[in-house]
Amino acid sequence: MKKLCIASTIALCLAAPGFASAADTITIGMTVSQTGPLNVDSVAQLKGSEFWRDEVNAKGGIKVGHKHYKVRFVTYDDQSVGGRVQQLYTRLIVQDKAQFLFGPYSSGLTATAAVISEQYGRIMLVGGGAEAKTYQLGNKYLFQCITPADYYLTGAIQALKEKDPHAKVAFVYSDDPFSKAVVAAARKQAVEAGFSVALDESYAPSTTDFSPIINKIISSGADAFMGGGHYPDGATLARQLYDQKAGMKYVAILVAPDSPKFTTLGPAALGITVPSQWEPQVKYKPDFGPTPEGFSKAYFAKNKVEADYHSASGYVTGLLLQHAIEKAGSIDPEKVAAELNKTDVTTFFGEDKFATDAKNHGLQLTHQMVLAQWQTKNGKLEKEMVWPDAARTANLVYPLHED
Amino acid sequence: MIGLLASVLDGILVGSVYGLAAMGITLIWGVMDVVNLTHGAMIVAGMFGVYLLVGATGVSAYAALPAVLAAGLLAGVALYWIAIHRMIGQPPLMSLLATFSVNLVLIGLGTAVWGTVLFNVPASLPGFRLGRYTFPGTHLMAAALTAVIAGALYLFLYRTRLGKAVRAVAANREAAELVGIPTTRILALACGLGVALACVSGALISTLFPFTVLSGDSYQLKSFVVTVLGGLGNPTGALVAGVALGLFEGLATPFMPVSWTLVIEFVLFVVVLIAFPGGLLSVRLWRRARAR
Repeated sequence: MKKLCIASTIALCLAAPGFASAADTITIGMTVSQTGPLNVDSVAQLKGSEFWRDEVNAKGGIKVGHKHYKVRFVTYDDQSVGGRVQQLYTRLIVQDKAQFLFGPYSSGLTATAAVISEQYGRIMLVGGGAEAKTYQLGNKYLFQCITPADYYLTGAIQALKEKDPHAKVAFVYSDDPFSKAVVAAARKQAVEAGFSVALDESYAPSTTDFSPIINKIISSGADAFMGGGHYPDGATLARQLYDQKAGMKYVAILVAPDSPKFTTLGPAALGITVPSQWEPQVKYKPDFGPTPEGFSKAYFAKNKVEADYHSASGYVTGLLLQHAIEKAGSIDPEKVAAELNKTDVTTFFGEDKFATDAKNHGLQLTHQMVLAQWQTKNGKLEKEMVWPDAARTANLVYPLHED
Repeated sequence: MIGLLASVLDGILVGSVYGLAAMGITLIWGVMDVVNLTHGAMIVAGMFGVYLLVGATGVSAYAALPAVLAAGLLAGVALYWIAIHRMIGQPPLMSLLATFSVNLVLIGLGTAVWGTVLFNVPASLPGFRLGRYTFPGTHLMAAALTAVIAGALYLFLYRTRLGKAVRAVAANREAAELVGIPTTRILALACGLGVALACVSGALISTLFPFTVLSGDSYQLKSFVVTVLGGLGNPTGALVAGVALGLFEGLATPFMPVSWTLVIEFVLFVVVLIAFPGGLLSVRLWRRARAR
């Protein structure tokens, strides 16, 4: 009997920290496109979030009042499919008891996930869903940490206006919600800027050969190209514009050129500009969290790859949630949502503030894009910031081709 | 006008490569009544074959083609013994599921190893200009090599003993067996040839466009459309239909939004399935039969 009492006491002592740690954990759920066409950007975003989680946990966790909560992630592969997102976010909330959610990658998947997060009243911070429409449906718990799609090409238009106020622009873009939203706004901004729209065409996301479209661009007499969509089509467009000597003076392609892998295109990558949510060269002075340089270095040290804007947006979703929880002093969703509504901060990622009016609740208001261009430096392809002036590391190379 | 001509020429050049890819799928169907759903994965395997060979040895992409062709032949024979052999003579759904499973395994392995990151094979050849329009040398070379490979296949099937055996098995397996043709080995060879054609077309496509592990789906879909247009089991029809599809894309694109060409292609696909289930070339045969 005595032996049994001693054994039970030891067992209880050993188990006690386990009980305590289970209770002092914040569970954050998300789906990641580990497979399917969104894999590259989505995994980069996850790596950024994981980097934040590991840093927070290494420092003891998120401080809530006098307690520290460790962060635990529950993730599933959504296969880049909207239907899976709906099932998996329900599972994250109902079965895995996720207290907070991070959004999936891409506007289409975010719109699907937001239906579930709102239904269950879970806060969801989004680092990869730029389409504004999703945030204009009266949601209360959805928060967009990145610049909305409407402003993706604003910098590209401004930069072009400085060089040619009467440019003829060809808009050619993927027939998906994100790209359509980007170009719908950009088309309007381009006309307001004094440009003429020489061509306006969408293509199926599965398109693999852009030769007929490029011939159409040449026929239209356009001297600037804006569009693309996601990774494979954007890179193929860049390669074929080069192979077919389309003679564009200026090319701005969404998403794809931001990846370090874009350099595999060799000379076809040269001169391509890309609107970016963030680049390591930016000079923001953060109110809290790492500096842009500190983040880039630490991220590279851990992951052995350069941080890109997807990894940075993955990190900032965690950072903003942590900030709101610490300010609220609680993990109660209503209190944390109230703090998120008050957010008006600058981090390594730039400014962040969410709309609080019922019509646009959660829409990003202050974060700004930068415009990068692939240029040669010491014989190597390097991404340089060419817009805005505050972030500029090199002048825009224009025109890419003379008449 | 030059724009239209450029578009049509480009369509024909790229369409011929689609035709080559479709020849692989139609050959396997014609000989063994199996719809090979690993076709897209094999196209991608050809792309990666070139990418890896060029990266490892520094040879040009075109010099890597014979190795890809040979590897494709072996992979096809292996595919036959692993997934298809036991499905011959079974309901079509069985072989469909078997090849679909292998496809999932191959894509899964590819994604695990390479992710869906984009790969690019550095290939550049001098092209020619027509006004403001440029025809890349890579497109011309791909079309020329397609013609050479298709010609070689024709010679093999019609001028060699082994090729005649393949055609005999396709025409009547039991009769072929009765005259002493080792039909199982011929079926394995036909599968090898079909996969080799898929791989080599993938290799040629990799010289034209960047690709990912998932690129095969689009080309597989295109191959099915081309196969149906050309007539299931008819390699010559597949090549002609590929060129015709490219021609259609080239002709249609200047006059309508590009997103509509895909819709029209699939409408055409359904119409051909309903009106000419034997493919567009069967129309010619049907007319000839009527004239007699």
